[in-house]
Amino acid sequence: MGVLLDRLSPQVLRVLALVIVLILVILFFGSQIDNYFSARLFNRISTSVAIMALIAVGQTLVVLTRNIDLSVGSIVGFTAYVTGQLLVDSPELHPLLALLAAIAVGAGFGAINGLLVAYGRVPAIIVTLGTLAIYRTMLVEFSGARSITTASLPDWLLELPRLNVFSVGGFDLRFQVAVMLVVVIAFHLVLTRLRLGRMFYAVGSNPEAASMAGINAARIVFIAFVLSGALAGLAGFMFLARFGNITVVAGLGFELKSVAAVVVGGVNIFGGSGTVIGVLLGAVLVDLIDASLVRWQLISEFWRDGLLGLLILLAVAADAVLMRQFIAVRQRRAREKQSRMLAHAGAAERVPA
Amino acid sequence: MLVPPSACRRNDTGSLIMPNFIKALTDRLFGWEGFLLSILIVTMLVNVSQSAMFLTIGNQINLFQLSIEKIIVALVMTLIIINGEIDLSVASMMGLAACAFGWLFQIGVPVPLAILLVLLIGAAGGAFNTFWITRVGLPSLVVTLAMLIGFRGLARVLVEDRGITDFPDWFDALGQQAILGPFPLSLLIFLGLLAFLIVVLHVSGFGRYVYMIGINKSVAEYSGVDVARVKATLFIASSTIAALAGLLYAARVGAVRGDVALGFELDIITMVLLGGVSIFGGSGSLIGVLLSILIVLNLRNGMALVNITGHIQTGVIGLLLILSVLLPNIRAYLGGLWSRRRPAAGAGGPE
Repeated sequence: MGVLLDRLSPQVLRVLALVIVLILVILFFGSQIDNYFSARLFNRISTSVAIMALIAVGQTLVVLTRNIDLSVGSIVGFTAYVTGQLLVDSPELHPLLALLAAIAVGAGFGAINGLLVAYGRVPAIIVTLGTLAIYRTMLVEFSGARSITTASLPDWLLELPRLNVFSVGGFDLRFQVAVMLVVVIAFHLVLTRLRLGRMFYAVGSNPEAASMAGINAARIVFIAFVLSGALAGLAGFMFLARFGNITVVAGLGFELKSVAAVVVGGVNIFGGSGTVIGVLLGAVLVDLIDASLVRWQLISEFWRDGLLGLLILLAVAADAVLMRQFIAVRQRRAREKQSRMLAHAGAAERVPA
Repeated sequence: MLVPPSACRRNDTGSLIMPNFIKALTDRLFGWEGFLLSILIVTMLVNVSQSAMFLTIGNQINLFQLSIEKIIVALVMTLIIINGEIDLSVASMMGLAACAFGWLFQIGVPVPLAILLVLLIGAAGGAFNTFWITRVGLPSLVVTLAMLIGFRGLARVLVEDRGITDFPDWFDALGQQAILGPFPLSLLIFLGLLAFLIVVLHVSGFGRYVYMIGINKSVAEYSGVDVARVKATLFIASSTIAALAGLLYAARVGAVRGDVALGFELDIITMVLLGGVSIFGGSGSLIGVLLSILIVLNLRNGMALVNITGHIQTGVIGLLLILSVLLPNIRAYLGGLWSRRRPAAGAGGPE
């Protein structure tokens, strides 16, 4: 145990703790709900997580740099609608172009946020609170309050959510889930291995120090917002494929869910620490609990949100308290080690004298 | 203590002199509040030119009535943000209060007792937030975000997907009819609360603590300020006032549903930030927030007069929120460029 405490980084411990919580939650609901370990539920939750995890990864990048992006829900709604409209108008458009269009629109919105935050020096919460309203307004205006319907969309798009990469006994790895996993792994590698990735952490943990170390902090913040917008755009495309019917309220409230996934996933809301893998687990946990409570006979489904709020609080509190304890234990051990070494050194000095 | 600290500079002989008060006034007029005032005047002039009915007492009161619950909550939110925290759970508490009232009414609790119980629920919700913020030490952004979901969930548990209506006539009348001259109860509550909070924030010692904690929490702590107690007071007050606002909403609309006040937190925070309160805490004033409330109300009313729909109104206010912080930054940046081009002026260069 002691060796473990010294060796494992707090981040790895966090992920381990999340995995344990996740297993406990699954076992708990498994004992409560009949037919819980079914392929159907797995497929349902995995496709739903595929969308939320993409948004949450983007949110993670922004939160890592000490900012927040509250406009993601509106970006998801707008890109879903615009891409849908694009495909309604020109159904023979190449799927890849439609996908790129969605990502580009999202990145454009993200760039507006990023410009205002990084170069206009307006606090992120103010900018994205504003653009949350503005982008939604643009959607309402653009759509003229009409909806996109499944009937008007090309077939390939509607088949996309059911597209399988492979399937083991009914447990499918859907195409969308695979895309999400690729994105998560890519961002995990970028954040842990690349110089650019470490810059996100540097800017988030101490902007002044990062600047003095020669990091262009404004540029990093700008990139974070652009990527968050682009991922929200990708999520908007997935949202369109999954639901087909897009109204002006598409993506409403996603900003809060993504922040919840990020916070449960162990990212410090004040920037500088957190992992994408943790956030993926956070998104899974939030969605799993959401989907399981609906099926739990013991309580009415109306308890869902109340319990979810409490759960987020407990997850964050447990994380904060455990981390504090962990750091204290570690510091004590380090001190003990140091004093042992000092005593040793002192003894060694005395011998020749 | 009535004037901002900047006005308390002493002259060379060390005594406070009158011109400082005049300077305080001109500082305010050329500062943020003056800017808000000029926007307000422009908005009102445009509105007057659009409709002769605009300046009638009836329309002015109606304009307040339509958003009265939000602006009551915005007053307490001002203190919370100046204190360096945020309360995202207020709108959900408004919903919870309204639904709890409807539920209590439905199971046969007498209305006055139900009102009292709902206010207690508000205080309890605030105490719950406080526990996690001051005892466990979690950021208020996270705690109140969780309770934004949590309180709303409880509201849904209480009324599920029903609507509750048919409250006693006298209760509905409290929300709808004038009780003193042309003023309805909710407007009187707003004005009373505004006057009370101006005294608390800008005159009392407690108000100084609110600013001090917002500027530097550690310094406040080491100076012997009971930071946890100040925060507890503010969060409990915020939740209780939100519950009161929920009741006023129930009375004004005469019905409650699970989605009462859904999303109001964004409007409320916009009003406060537009009023020049720093999101990082430590600065801002209730006068500024009052001006921004008036601007938002007049702008919405004016846009309604020229048939601009609710969604665009929200977009315009979002734009205003961003511009309100962006424009001063651009001005400062251009000012910096200007002084760099004239090195003789020297002092004003970039840091």
